[in-house]
Amino acid sequence: MNEVAQVEEFEARIRQGEKIEPKDWMPERYRKQLVRMMSQHAHSEVVGMLPEGNWITRAPSLRRKMALLAKVQDEAGHGLYIYSATETLGVDRDDLVQALLEGKAKYSSIFNYPTLTWADIGVIGWFVDGAAIVNQTMLAKASYGPYARAMIRICKEENFHKKQGYEICVTMARGTPEQREMLQDAINRWWWPTLMMFGPPDKDSTNSAELLRWKVKQKSNDELRRHFVNITVPQVQALGMTLPDPDLKYDEEAGAWRFGAIDWDEFWRVVRGRGPCNRERLRARRAAHEAGAWVRAAAEAYAAKQRAKQETNGVRAA
Amino acid sequence: MFDGRASGRPTSDTDMTTATLDPELRPALFDYLLRLGDDALVLGHRLSEWCGHGPYLEEDIALTNLALDCVGQANGLLGLAAEVEGAGRDADDLAFRRDALDFRNALIVELPKGDFGFTVARQLLFSAYAHLLYEALRESAFEPLAGIAAKAFKEARYHLRHSSEWLIRLGDGTDESRQRAQTALDDLWMYTGELFEKDDTLRTLVDAGLAPDPRALEAPWRERVEAVVSQATLTLPEDDFMLTGGRSGRHTEHLGHLLAEMQFLPRAYPDAVW
Ligand SMILES: [Fe+2]
Ligand SMILES: [Fe+2]
Repeated sequence: MNEVAQVEEFEARIRQGEKIEPKDWMPERYRKQLVRMMSQHAHSEVVGMLPEGNWITRAPSLRRKMALLAKVQDEAGHGLYIYSATETLGVDRDDLVQALLEGKAKYSSIFNYPTLTWADIGVIGWFVDGAAIVNQTMLAKASYGPYARAMIRICKEENFHKKQGYEICVTMARGTPEQREMLQDAINRWWWPTLMMFGPPDKDSTNSAELLRWKVKQKSNDELRRHFVNITVPQVQALGMTLPDPDLKYDEEAGAWRFGAIDWDEFWRVVRGRGPCNRERLRARRAAHEAGAWVRAAAEAYAAKQRAKQETNGVRAA
Repeated sequence: MFDGRASGRPTSDTDMTTATLDPELRPALFDYLLRLGDDALVLGHRLSEWCGHGPYLEEDIALTNLALDCVGQANGLLGLAAEVEGAGRDADDLAFRRDALDFRNALIVELPKGDFGFTVARQLLFSAYAHLLYEALRESAFEPLAGIAAKAFKEARYHLRHSSEWLIRLGDGTDESRQRAQTALDDLWMYTGELFEKDDTLRTLVDAGLAPDPRALEAPWRERVEAVVSQATLTLPEDDFMLTGGRSGRHTEHLGHLLAEMQFLPRAYPDAVW
């Protein structure tokens, strides 16, 4: 079969809603796009451990501490799981991690913002995991089988994270004036960066058309963003809190919320490395990697010794 | 083996609960539960500091698991301590609103996390003790404690296995890892004696069949630790100088900083519920 026919057959399978599996033929461009998306996703889970990890030792009750530990642990698990799914595309996790450490790979810009108060832990669970759910619910139907399956499993946990985050916010909204102030401040800081999580507007999204055609995605960035706003605004109102958007208003006719202009200059600035924590996040990942080098070397040396012993024993036995 | 239910006090048909507890035992039992709870809480804190900074992503998950087990144990033990005290406090009050002088953890758990070798060596030394302790406490005549111990015993078994495997890898790995593991053991050694001390609190509880005699745990502990250490091609320090103080509130300089961080929110906003 020549390549043109192969592409035709591949796209026909996608149109029929079939899943593409690791051993199936796929266009190189499809493979590359998936490696890019999936590894970015895995990196995001891992870098995302840092801003929330920042509050583990300061969680205000034992119950909250356990919940936060479990959440950050889940995120590490998501990272692992998505790295393995990415490896089905013929890449190596170590190389992907190396690219992250060298600053060549991207991760979600949301994690380049700092967590300043405990309210941030609530708002991240609610907004950031909430936005992740909107995105991942769509990706759970992605045409690439391993990615879709990873998303199904991960989404369950993200739902739990969101519930937990919102519960922190409910508690604070019912709390003291200081707690309400902290909560409002966190909402104000996280709202716009969360909306940016869905990516650039459709007109500027270079990858979108192709990803939609190959059913890696089923909805555009703007559609997902609008959906998120529609579910989140009533939740903000239920807490008696406000959103930092004077143009936010309900469109009766459309039955949807209309929101103000997003500062895309900020978005691109942070994507290109000039956010409040870009350097710190990478520095923390690199520091952990470098501090762990001797441990990984020890584990390898030990494993090699064990293999050598087994071989000698095997020879003796034979 | 220690069996609190069979030995000691002339007991009724049923085991003791908080309601049927002899009032004279309360102060000692409260003190003892604080020791157990504080050990778990402070060690859990140190383990949680690794979250996001481990040598492997897999190890981040494992260390967070250990931390979660410890904080969960602390929650149960301090909750029980508060019940036994009967002064209207709860587990969070005890965790977040006591100062260093009132903490009863052993010094070994409050030492800064150090490098991965230090964390592994400490975990091995402590888990080998916790495993024996909770194994015995499953038979405590104080029923709620026996319940907590049953779960903590299983968790300690995993902590012990995990830290043993790592110490062996580090000891029998590269020159550098061997050096680091040995240094960690040497540095930690003088903090181990405290785990097996028997003071008035323990004498009271041992007599009542509520707790095992810590001295009886020392020999089996040493045997287990020695087995792992020798498999790791390392050596146990010979120095018998031992530091003490944690059980009576005389801590290292490190605990104050740990508490300042851990207790910040409840202290800064005393009226808030989180
Ligand atoms: Fe996640
Ligand atoms: Fe999550």
